[in-house]
Amino acid sequence: MAVALNPIQIMKSEAEEERSETARLSSFIGAIAVGDLVRSTLGPRGMDKILVSMGRNEGQIEVTNDGATILRNIGVDNPAAKILVDISKTQDDEVGDGTTSVVVLASELLREAEKLVASRLHPQTIISGFRHATDVARQALTETARDNSSDQAKFRQDLIKIAKTTLSSKILSQHKDFFAELTVDAVLRLHGSANLDAIQIIKKTGGTLRDSFLDEGFILEKKIGVNQPKRIENARILIANTPMDTDKIKVFGSKISVESTAKVAELELAEKEKMKAKVQRILNHDINVFINRQLIYNYPEQLFADAGIMAIEHADFDGIERLALVTGGEITSTFDNPELVKLGKCDLVEEVMIGEDRMIRLGGVALGEACTVVLRGATTHILEEAQRSLHDALCVLTQTVKETRTVYGGGCSETLMARAVMEAAARVPGKEALAMESFARSLLAIPTIISDNAGYDSAQLVSELKAAHAEGKTTTGLNMEEGTVDCMEAVGITESYQVKRQVLLSASEAAEMILRVDDIIKAAPRKRTADQGHC
Amino acid sequence: MASLGQLVFDEYGKPIIILKDQGQQKRLTGADALKSHILAGRSVASILSTSLGPKGLDKLMVSPDGDVTVTNDGATILKMMDVEHQIAKLMVQLSQSQDDEIGDGTTGVVVLAGALLEKAEHLLDKGIHPVRIADGYELAAKKANENLEKIAEEFPVDLNNLEPLILTAMTTLGSKIINRCHRQMAEIAVNAVMAVADMSSRDVNFELIKVEGKVGGKLEDTMLVKGVVVDKDFSHPQMPKELKDVKLAILTCPFEPPKPKTKHKLEVSTVEEYNALYQYEQKQFTDMVDKVKAAGANLAICQWGFDDEANHLLLQKELPAVRWVGGPEIELIAIATNGRIVPRFEELSPEKLGKCGKVRELTFGTTKDRMLVIEECPNTKAVTIFIRGGNKMIVEEAKRSIHDALCVVRNLVRNNKIVYGGGAAEVSCALAVYEEADKISTLEQYAFRSFADALESIPLALAENSGLSPMHTLADCKARQVTEKNPALGIDCNNKGTCDMKEQHVIETLHSKKQQILLATQLVKMILKIDDIRTPGESFQG
Repeated sequence: MAVALNPIQIMKSEAEEERSETARLSSFIGAIAVGDLVRSTLGPRGMDKILVSMGRNEGQIEVTNDGATILRNIGVDNPAAKILVDISKTQDDEVGDGTTSVVVLASELLREAEKLVASRLHPQTIISGFRHATDVARQALTETARDNSSDQAKFRQDLIKIAKTTLSSKILSQHKDFFAELTVDAVLRLHGSANLDAIQIIKKTGGTLRDSFLDEGFILEKKIGVNQPKRIENARILIANTPMDTDKIKVFGSKISVESTAKVAELELAEKEKMKAKVQRILNHDINVFINRQLIYNYPEQLFADAGIMAIEHADFDGIERLALVTGGEITSTFDNPELVKLGKCDLVEEVMIGEDRMIRLGGVALGEACTVVLRGATTHILEEAQRSLHDALCVLTQTVKETRTVYGGGCSETLMARAVMEAAARVPGKEALAMESFARSLLAIPTIISDNAGYDSAQLVSELKAAHAEGKTTTGLNMEEGTVDCMEAVGITESYQVKRQVLLSASEAAEMILRVDDIIKAAPRKRTADQGHC
Repeated sequence: MASLGQLVFDEYGKPIIILKDQGQQKRLTGADALKSHILAGRSVASILSTSLGPKGLDKLMVSPDGDVTVTNDGATILKMMDVEHQIAKLMVQLSQSQDDEIGDGTTGVVVLAGALLEKAEHLLDKGIHPVRIADGYELAAKKANENLEKIAEEFPVDLNNLEPLILTAMTTLGSKIINRCHRQMAEIAVNAVMAVADMSSRDVNFELIKVEGKVGGKLEDTMLVKGVVVDKDFSHPQMPKELKDVKLAILTCPFEPPKPKTKHKLEVSTVEEYNALYQYEQKQFTDMVDKVKAAGANLAICQWGFDDEANHLLLQKELPAVRWVGGPEIELIAIATNGRIVPRFEELSPEKLGKCGKVRELTFGTTKDRMLVIEECPNTKAVTIFIRGGNKMIVEEAKRSIHDALCVVRNLVRNNKIVYGGGAAEVSCALAVYEEADKISTLEQYAFRSFADALESIPLALAENSGLSPMHTLADCKARQVTEKNPALGIDCNNKGTCDMKEQHVIETLHSKKQQILLATQLVKMILKIDDIRTPGESFQG
C-alpha cells in the first residue's frame, strides 16, 4: 500500500525503523557475525583472541578463549548480537562453562533459519519446528546421560574426565591431567556444597604452570605484625571487624575541646587506656591469633606482641567472611561477652614463602572444605587465563556434583541429538519438519567446527561420525588428538549433562527470540551534551 | 529537521506538494489534513498489526541508551517508539488508556482504530462529510456493543474450580514468548490473583501482587511465593539462613545513637566526660538491641543501616536482622505479617510485631546473589511472583506477559461476562452491524458498512499472522457463523483443527472488548473532526 511511500514521519527525526525482511536480515547478520567471531575458539584446538581494552585501561591486553570473556569485552551495537552476548553471560553465571558453544549453536540455528525464511517459511512455523526439535533433542540427551554417583570411585573418574575435557580447550591443556586432579580434589572437599568461596585462587607470577599446587589450608596474602610469633599451633582465632586505631565517638555532634596542653595529655592517656582496655577485653577471649578487618595501629599491635598473640590487620571484607567461614568463627565487633563469642580454630598458623612473597597459611582449618589453589605462571596474562580456565572447570565440577549425570563430549552428544531430531522430523508431517531438519544440521555444525578448528577434514570426519552413530555406536565422537573418530568412552571425553542441556535450551531460546522479531525500532540516540570544558 | 512542505500521494500515486504556508508556518486544511492524519494513524497501526494474535511476531526496540527490548505487547512497543507526530501520539495514548483500564488488548485497539481510519478514508473519497462518518461510527459502535451484550456468556469464577480461569490466562499468554511454559505461568497468575482477590466486593488490589524478576535459571523455575521477596540478605553473614515462627520488628529507625533534630553541640573537655560519653554510647547500643529483644522479636527488619558494633551485638543476642529495606517493601512486609511499622525503639511492644511462619534465604547459581523470602504470613493477601529467565530480555518480557495475564484474570473476577476471542466476537459484531446497515435510510449506512469492514480487519490480521489465507479463512468463518448461528466461531490460529473458540478456550472479557471498540471509535471520531492543523515552523538552527 501507500504506507511504503509514507511521507509522513511519525517518529522523532533520528529514530530508525527496520521492517520485516530488512529487520530480519540485520538481526541474522548481527547474530551470525557474533557466532563467527567466537567459533574459532571452540574445541580442544580452538584459537585464542587478544583483547585490547579501550578507555580507562587503554592498551591493556587480555589473551583468552573463554567465550563469555570475549563477548563481554567487545562492544556490540547490533541488537540481535546483544541478545547473544547476554545469553553467553547468563550461561557463565549459571553453569560457568559452555559459553562459546551456546553462542555458536544459536548463531548456527539462525544461519539455518535464514535459509528457511528465504524459502518462504513463516517464522512461526520455524519456531514451532525448533521447539519440537529442542524437546526431542533434550529427550535424547537425557536418555543417553549416565549416572555414576552411586559408585564413589567411578564418580571420581567421571569428574576427572569432565575436568580434563573442559580444560583441554583452555590454556591449561598441556597440564590437564595435573589440573584435573587438582580441581577434582578441590571440589570433592566441598562435599556437595556449591560454595566456591571456600576455594581460593591465588596468582603469583614466576615458575611454570606446573608449579601450581593445591594447598589444603587457607592462605591469606597478609603479613604478621612485628615481634609477634610466626608460627602458632592449635590456634584459637578471633576474627574481628573493629577499629583498632582510636574508637570514634559515635554520638552525633560531639566534639572535643580542651583548654590546656595538660588536658590534651590527659585525654590522650585516657584514649590509650581505653585502647588498652579494649585489647585486654580481646585478650580475655583466650585467643592466640587476632585477625582484624580494619587497621591495627602500632600501639595495640605492640600490646598484642607483648601478649604473644599473632595479630593480622587489614584482611579485606571478602577475606574476613571467607576466614569466618573456613575457621568456623564469627565476625566480632564487641568484646564484652567472651563466653558468647565463637572462636575460629585451626591446627597451625604459619608464615610461608610463595615465590618471593610471605603469606600466612592456616592449616587444618575447622571446616575441611576450604582449600587454596596457588597458580604459578610466567606472565600475568597466562595467570589470568589460567584462573579463568580453572574457574570454568570448578564451576562445571560443582554443577556435576549437584546434577551427577554425564554425557559424552567430542561432538558425540550433538551427533546423537541431531540423529534423534532427524528421525523425529521424518515422522512429522508438515512444514515443521523442514525446521527440525535445520535444527539437526545446526547441531552437527558443532562437531564440524571442532574438527575445522583442529585443522582436520571436517566433511570426512563428520560423515564418519554420522555413519558410526547410524550403526548404533552411540558413544562415537571426535578424537582431536589423533584426528580420528573414536569411542568417547575409551578416550574419556565426558561432559556434564547439566551444561549440555543448558547450552541446548539457552541457544534455542535465543534463536527463537531473534526469529520472532520482524521489526526493529531504534529510538533517537540520547543527545550527549558536550563537556563544559574549555572551548 | 522540518521538511520543506508536506508530500502527499493521491490514489494514482501522484505527489501533491503542500508548500509551507507563509514561509514560517505549516498549515494543513480540509481533506489534506484529514488524509495526512489518517495516514499517520494507519502507519502506527500497521506496525502493530503483525504483533496481533498468538502467532504474532515480536518487535525489537532499541532505547535511546542502546538497551534492547524484545516484546510484542502493544502498549510497550508504542511507549518505547519515541513517536513525534501528533496523531501518532494520540494512538499511543489510546493503547495506554486500554492498558491502564484493562491491561490487555492493547494491540487490538490500535489495529481496530487503524482499520476504522482506513475505511473512513474511502468514505471521504466518496464525498461523505467527516462528521457524518463520525456519527455513523458512533451509532455502529453502539450497535456492536449491544450485540456483544447479547452474545456474552457468564463465566464461572469459582475459587474451587480454577480450571476455566487457567485456560483463559493461557489464551492471553499464548501470544507471548513465554508460552513454552504456558500452563505453569497461567497457574501462577490465577493463583496470585485468587490469593489477593476480595470475592465479596469483587475487587483485586494489584498493590499486593509484586512481580520480581531475577536473571538466571530457566523460565520453568518461576514461582509464586505466598509472601514477600526482598532483594536483601541478613546483615551479618553468620546469622541463620532460615528462621521459623518468626516475630518481626519492623523498624524505620537506624541502630545508631539518636540524632536529635535540633542543632546541638556536645563538647568534651575532661577525661571523665570522655569516658562517660563512651559508656553512654555503649549503653545506647545494648539498650536498642535489648528493647527489640524485650518486645519478643526474633527478626529485625530495618529501613536504615546499622553500625558494625550494633550488627555484632545483634548476632550475639541471636537477633537476625535485615538492613536497608526499601520503603515499599517495608510496607508490603508490614501488610503481609500484620505488623506495625515502628519509628522508635521506645514504641516497640509485642502487639506491634509482625508474625510469619518462615523466613529463608535463597541463593542463585554461581554468582553470589541472595534474596530473602518471607513466607507463611498470617495475611496471605500479599504474594510475590518471582520470575527467572535465561536473560534480561526474557525476564522483562515475562514480567509484562504475567502482568497481562493478571489483568485478564482480575477483569474476570470483577465482571464475569465473557465473549469469545480469536476474532469470533468481531465477526459476530460485523454481521450484526451489516444487518443493521440495511435498515438505515440515511447516509450513515455507508459508515455502518465501513465499521463492519473495519471490525473484520482483526480476524483478517489474525489469519494473516498465522500464515493462513486471510480472505478465504474469514469468508469461511463468516459463512459458518451465519448458517450455524454460533458466535463462538473464530480463526483457528493454532491449527488445532476447530474453529470453535469455546473448545479452544479462547476467551476475552466482555468489558475489555467493549472498551476496545469504544476507545477506538472515540479516537477515530476525534481525528475525523480535526480539519485544520497549524504548526509553528521550526527556525533553522545555525
